[in-house]
Amino acid sequence: MWIDRVVELVASQKLVAIKNVSLAEEHLQDHFGADGARGLGACPVMPACFIIEGMAQTGGILVGHAEGFRLNVVLAKISRVELLRDAIPGDTLRYTATIERMDAMGATVKGTIDLIRHGDDHRASIASGTPAGWQPVGTVEMMFSHLDNNMGAGGQAGRDFPSGNFVFGESFQTLLRSSGY
Amino acid sequence: MLVDALAVDEDEVTLNASLVRDLGAESIDFLDIVFKLEQAFGFKIQQGELFPENVAQDPKYVQAGKVTSDGIAALKARLPHVDFSTWEKDPSLNKVAELFTVDTIVRFVEKKLG
Repeated sequence: MWIDRVVELVASQKLVAIKNVSLAEEHLQDHFGADGARGLGACPVMPACFIIEGMAQTGGILVGHAEGFRLNVVLAKISRVELLRDAIPGDTLRYTATIERMDAMGATVKGTIDLIRHGDDHRASIASGTPAGWQPVGTVEMMFSHLDNNMGAGGQAGRDFPSGNFVFGESFQTLLRSSGY
Repeated sequence: MLVDALAVDEDEVTLNASLVRDLGAESIDFLDIVFKLEQAFGFKIQQGELFPENVAQDPKYVQAGKVTSDGIAALKARLPHVDFSTWEKDPSLNKVAELFTVDTIVRFVEKKLG
């Protein structure tokens, strides 16, 4: 999973989730590792693709929840992405997904991402009593498809899929349960 | 709007450009276009109103990869904004998608707005 907790859920409208970026995540050892030959130290930065994946999971849960997780919801298109700031270990990312339009075929979802850089936040609150707070990271525009209505048996492509819901598996259920939903 | 939906350059969006062949549209893009039109013009588009559906599965409408005369009649009735004249000389099912050009969308919007 690329999100740690769901913190707000307004059915069919909005879902907010957070992720804490941790140096224990293995890919951060390589992205970017030290480069001795060029005299560069390690510079761990969360890959942008994983930020987008976290946003997509947030949007996917929102769209799936709207139909009681009965339909398989897949990310079908990322229309636009703008990321202005890197996320580094120790940051908390916040993903906010809002449904712009949804029907039987699918949904368009607007995602906004911001983060708290805890060191800056802490120092600001010591210095002025006012925490630095959430800082904007960027936006992602996405489309989700209700796969069963588009491609399942009797759908446009007439293809067969496994029975039951193969998108919202155990990890999604665990996440929602541990978030209190 | 098409520049946004299909991530193409503005000068590629000419009236005769085919959405699939020239502008690289995929199936989800058709849904995106429907959503964006609704948002831009404030009207509601029913499923199957702009782009066809439930034609390919019906054996009455498609035989051996060709759309039957019943099928052509059904398409014409459902999609009055589409120009079928060249295609219906060789009505292959897999060429239906190519019928949809930028002009098709313009005509659809004009009809909707009356």
